[in-house]
Amino acid sequence: MSDRRTICVNINGKAYEREVETRLHLADFIRHECLLTGTHVGCEHGVCGACTILLDGKTARSCLMLAVQADGKEILTVEGIAPNETELHPLQQAFQDNHGLQCGFCTPGMLTTLLEFLDENPDPTEREVREAISGNLCRCTGYQGIVAAALDAAKRLQAGT
Amino acid sequence: MGAKMFGARVSRLEDPKLLTGRGGYTDDMHLPEMLEAAFVRSPHSHARIKDINISDALKHKGVCKIYTASDLPDYLRNTTVPFQVPNPAISQPFQQRLLEDREVCFAGEPIALVVADTRYNAEDAATLVQVDYDILPGAADCKSALEDSAPLCHVDSPNNEGAKYKVGYGDVASAFANAHLTHSEEFWIHRGGGFAIENRGVVAQYDELDDVVTIWSATQSPFLVKQNVVDMLGWESDRVRVIAPDVGGGFGPKTIYYVEEALIPLVAKDLGKPVKWIEDRRENFLATNMERDQYWDMEIAVDADGKLLGVRGQMIHDTGAYMPWGIISPYISATTLPGPYVLPSYELETFVALTNKVAVTPVRGAGRPQAVFAMERLMDRAADKLGLDRAEIRRRNLIQTEQMPYALGLIFRDGKPMTYDSGDYPKCQEEALRLGDYEGFRHRQEQARAEGRHIGIGIANYVEGTGLGPFEGATVRIQPSGQICIYTGGGDSGQGHWTTLAQVCADKFGVGVEKIDVQKGDTGKIASGVGTFASRIAVNAGSSVHLASNEVRQKAIKVAAHMLEAAEEDMDIENGSVVVRGSDLSVSLSDVARAVQGMPGFSLPGGVEPGLEATHYFSPSQSSYCNGTAVVEVEVDPDTGHVDILNYSMAHDSGTLINPFVVDGQVQGAVAQGVGNALLEWMVYDDNSNPVSTTFAEYLLPSAPETPNVDVTHVESPTPINPLGVKGAGEGGTIPAAAAIISAIEDALSPWNVRIAAAPLTPSMIVNQVRAEKAVA
Ligand code: FES
Ligand code: FES
Repeated sequence: MSDRRTICVNINGKAYEREVETRLHLADFIRHECLLTGTHVGCEHGVCGACTILLDGKTARSCLMLAVQADGKEILTVEGIAPNETELHPLQQAFQDNHGLQCGFCTPGMLTTLLEFLDENPDPTEREVREAISGNLCRCTGYQGIVAAALDAAKRLQAGT
Repeated sequence: MGAKMFGARVSRLEDPKLLTGRGGYTDDMHLPEMLEAAFVRSPHSHARIKDINISDALKHKGVCKIYTASDLPDYLRNTTVPFQVPNPAISQPFQQRLLEDREVCFAGEPIALVVADTRYNAEDAATLVQVDYDILPGAADCKSALEDSAPLCHVDSPNNEGAKYKVGYGDVASAFANAHLTHSEEFWIHRGGGFAIENRGVVAQYDELDDVVTIWSATQSPFLVKQNVVDMLGWESDRVRVIAPDVGGGFGPKTIYYVEEALIPLVAKDLGKPVKWIEDRRENFLATNMERDQYWDMEIAVDADGKLLGVRGQMIHDTGAYMPWGIISPYISATTLPGPYVLPSYELETFVALTNKVAVTPVRGAGRPQAVFAMERLMDRAADKLGLDRAEIRRRNLIQTEQMPYALGLIFRDGKPMTYDSGDYPKCQEEALRLGDYEGFRHRQEQARAEGRHIGIGIANYVEGTGLGPFEGATVRIQPSGQICIYTGGGDSGQGHWTTLAQVCADKFGVGVEKIDVQKGDTGKIASGVGTFASRIAVNAGSSVHLASNEVRQKAIKVAAHMLEAAEEDMDIENGSVVVRGSDLSVSLSDVARAVQGMPGFSLPGGVEPGLEATHYFSPSQSSYCNGTAVVEVEVDPDTGHVDILNYSMAHDSGTLINPFVVDGQVQGAVAQGVGNALLEWMVYDDNSNPVSTTFAEYLLPSAPETPNVDVTHVESPTPINPLGVKGAGEGGTIPAAAAIISAIEDALSPWNVRIAAAPLTPSMIVNQVRAEKAVA
């Protein structure tokens, strides 16, 4: 059996067809084959959450999946969150306004995790936000700015701004 | 003129790029024909290498070349990491070789470097490299390592003592002889690593045309990396350029230079192709420097009022197998102990133990959290024995404002006598107590106890030497387009230097920060630099930006005066234009910049030097000392050992604030690391010194649910040491955290009289201590 397959993955609305090794993990595929380097890799053992993407609308750790498993699926990465080149998504804007990032390395995973969470839970409590991001490690912020950003974003999204 | 930028809560210029996935970190680089590297590292903490066989590995698909020590050029075979911070106290300054082929002294030490077409192939081939080891016993715990019977960390050395020194002042013996009360106790404090979410990484490319090697490294200190490469490889300084791109967190370990930062450029030049090496998390646990164990065997003497008379003792510091940063960390520990208190006499003897583990170098806080832990525990003990309130005993001993500047009687790590330059310690403590409602606490505690809940409060103070020299420079340049650019040497690993340095500059030209570009961390952009560590960038680079901006401003006015035929004293700079006050005459900075570019054959206006730019290298005369107080309220479940931090208050004095928004973030993040030190982070080794916590499932970082919100209040005591009055702010949050949290836990468990002398404190340790005390009772 060949250890290479051709797969086609739709990322941020664009189709990426590539021939890949079957052992290539999805984060490496996104970063090094599709050159979408916004998704980060912090541990490659499923704990830090930096590699979190939305796979058919659900969060997934791209370091724990093989690229071939994403064949035919739709992926949203951090590059696809903003509505256009110049504007930020309300969640991104809330991160800037609440100092929700320092080095920015955990940020893509935080954003994708919170997008899903705020969609399911539009009016969360602080405790719920903290639980929601409990699988995403940030070493810089102490989470305070991230939690504030998430709560602020919930308000903005509800107000439709 | 727009709103004042210096001191404002400006949101960060860095953010939009990072929020949309457009950052550029080291692993984001994809250069044409780039090869990838993987290391073969020792799986043993200590072993003699009998043989290395690469023949199977060489046959693996995609492999270009494999390097062992014997494949290095002759002159590099025994080259070690340069020892740049010598100290006469160091007797055995072991340094790591580029690649080891005789004796490996920690698990993770590099033995071979495999270069292949992909990382996957490089890693596969690395597993095929056969190394024949003679396994040796390892020196593990640093206390036992100093005993005569201990296995040797390096087989050829006489013992495991790497360094020994004494610091102190005053008449300790008579202080203890005349004391009303003394208390002695041994403390064990463990600190883990920096564990930035981005691991280390290096990309190097050789440009044959220019004969220049460009190195991108996930480092805090590109100039130190360059110096390291130049020293180790013997290359000419102007043939090496080091760039720190976006860096995903640093926290100390990325300050230090590593053998990988010399090896990757070496092989890139050898192979004539770009080479990338990205550390994986396992390598990060094994081969990136960290902090670790200190044992403090201490004694305190006080009078009947609780006034300090003296502190003395011994400290043992685990330094690992090599000492790339000498004794900086334990030396800082030793000099941090007196803290904000009037301590009439002090004596500490420190023993630095070599162990078969990765090197210990500073991690955020840099040896201070350990010292503060020891001192603050002693203060608690003295208070408890005297029946004094824990905050009150501290208040009685704090250095008063009228005693500033306060000469401590010790020499700091910068070689200068320690003199606290400024600060209002009593006010800081008062503010933190107010913020944490210390006064109302005993009432809250009674109520909680009536409900069967166990809450406690803890307090800790610290003083931290920040803004260390030698210097950090900045060039401020106004381009002919009118664009204002700042160039500086230190890298940014999340601190927001673009924003804060732009804030220092913006007001001089009457523009918003968004008009200013900051290019940092590139040895090609400014002649000299040092790096981002020791809470030094705001102080050093900030002051340089201030001085250079002033000079550029003056020059712009001088040239504009000539152009507009007006008097310099009538001129000002507003909105990026030089204006003549009370008239509508003005000239844009862009036009001024063009004018000083010169016109062929004409002399420059006003006889100035060409170019609208200035460079300054601010060098502080000594460290500036910041300080703070943490007050923490916790709830402890004595049956499960679970600790909940209910309230975390911090009064923090880092002098003048450039951007309170950014400083708050620094304090909050630093506190989180302190929470890790107090309750979670523990790098565990087995008895033979083999690491056993090498994933984030075994080594626990604080996550969102257990990390508290921090109420921060700022006391601003500007330092006279630099023109901005700023002090460093990056580490203060970490320093008192473990001391305050553990004090609070002890207070919560006071019904059982539990005494805690260790950090981190895990749930099982709490449960065991409560059980033990119950059994005694
Ligand atoms: S990189 Fe995937 S969870 Fe850490
Ligand atoms: S911002 Fe640096 S890890 Fe979260």
